[in-house]
Amino acid sequence: MNRRTVRRVKSNVMVGIMMAAVIVAVLPLLFILASLLLRGASSLSLAFFTHLPAPAGESGGGVLHAIVGTLIIVGMASLAGIPIGAGAGVYCAEYPGSRLSLVTRFVSDVMNGTPSIVVGVFAWTIIVAPQHHYSALAGSAALAILMIPMVMRTTEELLKLVPNSLREAALALGYARWRTTLSVMLRTALPGIVTGTLLAIARIAGETAPLLFTALGNQYLSFRPNAPMAALPLVVFTYSIGPYEEWHRFAWAAALVLILVVLVLSIAARFATRQRFGATRD
Amino acid sequence: MATTLPTGGLSRRAATLKALTGAVRGDQIFRILLTTAALAIPALLLALLAVLVRGARPAIAQFGVGFAATKTWDPVAGQFGAFPMIVGTLLTSLVALLIAVPLSLGVAVYLTEFAPGFLRRPVAMTIELLAAIPSVVYGLWGVFVLIPLLQHAVFPFLRSLLGFLPLFRGVIYGPSVLAASIILAIMIMPFIMSVAREVLLAVPGSQREAAMALGATRWEAVRTAIVPYARSGLIGAIILGLGRALGETMAVTMLIGNRHDISASLFAPGYTMAAAIANEFNEAATPMHYAALTYVALLLFVITVLVNAAARFLIWRVSRGGVSGRNSA
Repeated sequence: MNRRTVRRVKSNVMVGIMMAAVIVAVLPLLFILASLLLRGASSLSLAFFTHLPAPAGESGGGVLHAIVGTLIIVGMASLAGIPIGAGAGVYCAEYPGSRLSLVTRFVSDVMNGTPSIVVGVFAWTIIVAPQHHYSALAGSAALAILMIPMVMRTTEELLKLVPNSLREAALALGYARWRTTLSVMLRTALPGIVTGTLLAIARIAGETAPLLFTALGNQYLSFRPNAPMAALPLVVFTYSIGPYEEWHRFAWAAALVLILVVLVLSIAARFATRQRFGATRD
Repeated sequence: MATTLPTGGLSRRAATLKALTGAVRGDQIFRILLTTAALAIPALLLALLAVLVRGARPAIAQFGVGFAATKTWDPVAGQFGAFPMIVGTLLTSLVALLIAVPLSLGVAVYLTEFAPGFLRRPVAMTIELLAAIPSVVYGLWGVFVLIPLLQHAVFPFLRSLLGFLPLFRGVIYGPSVLAASIILAIMIMPFIMSVAREVLLAVPGSQREAAMALGATRWEAVRTAIVPYARSGLIGAIILGLGRALGETMAVTMLIGNRHDISASLFAPGYTMAAAIANEFNEAATPMHYAALTYVALLLFVITVLVNAAARFLIWRVSRGGVSGRNSA
């Protein structure tokens, strides 16, 4: 009897420890969000979104150049990364047993864990060094490389969820294989793929390391892809390691904007998947 | 294909034939496009490796394998050795794992085995949101919130409590190996947690039922039936977290203090491979400095590729046997 009680108590204690672990694990998120709101929100104003940074020493100014820069750099990365990632994902879902799809799947899992700084060094070596100048294009190339494996995995996973009967029905109706894949299989899986792609975009939008020696950042509004360009994560980094109190406030506000973009994208994407999945299964 | 042609007028047959050859050609083009995209990924990996090796060649030629075991890093004298940063990388990652592994495994087990149903998804989602926070934001928070807290409250406490160990002795700096390890632990926890959760969800329910039927308490069922079944997948999850920690750049760069030295104390500043590249690459003045930093990038790349490959293999071994057929990590 006694031994049984001991065992039950032990079980409950372990469960209690695990509940404590949950609390400890959730705390940092709340702590970080609270700090961002407390320190960043007071510096946010309309001008923060519509103005360029004020010269050092003056207060005020905004991050318009970095918002535009992030949009352009991430946009160009998506233009290159999404077709390649999605194409490779479709290949692996369509020809799952082939040797190439085994290799591609494994390599993209491995690439998913490649440090982004290493990809930055790669982009610097093949684009910045030969051109002798920093450029947004090089930054986009690095981000595209980080994005491809993520998009590839999402596309493949979601295509595998589409019931095979849909494919068979389309083929039986005389659709060519490529049309079956594009207008039946991909079409059905599209909402989920869009969601996964949004998550990938959210992740690369927050990347700093690969932009450090590719896009570099600047203080002006620039639309030229082949020249240095500002980006939100770079602004957060530059201003947070600067010596001025005013800069730190600026960094907190920029970080708040960055995190709002990233969190809104990821939360929206997750909710979208859940609803749309229900719809496709009905 | 010819046998499926419908019988009809000659012109109709010709039209069908044309449509079919069109479809075949379409399929061929489509397959070529897809194959190109699929080939691009392994090609990228090889290109990364080739470009890094080429960029690092001068350093490889001059310093050889001893690069990884040499302590001096003197750009002015052209002497480069990566030993302190390799030690720093491994040390921060290991300390981060020591903190993050018990926490994330505890959370994963709690969420899959014990938590009430309505809690599971929201808690998992909240923790996964931690993974969505950009590294530079962790760095900002670490510099202005975490470091003051550690410097004035946590580190003095640790020193008075564990000061008999060399690890917790010496002057307390703000930016330090331990500060970087703590921020790393927060950052890799969501990764380990979500992969461990996937692996635990793949354990067949019959494992738990069998243990409970034999009279096990809920904890004993976890310890004797569920964790052993998922063991290699859980190890995979931990190694995946290790891979993340090894390559993490921005937050560590901002918190570790960036000093090319090795110290026994966790309170002292240090350096990691990724932080060295982030700090020095733009300021490298000589071709050899670039080559040495590229060599560091190459080493980091090779280490993370090996670590990730091992992790994927272990996870794949569990999910292959899983009932729910989850094979993603």
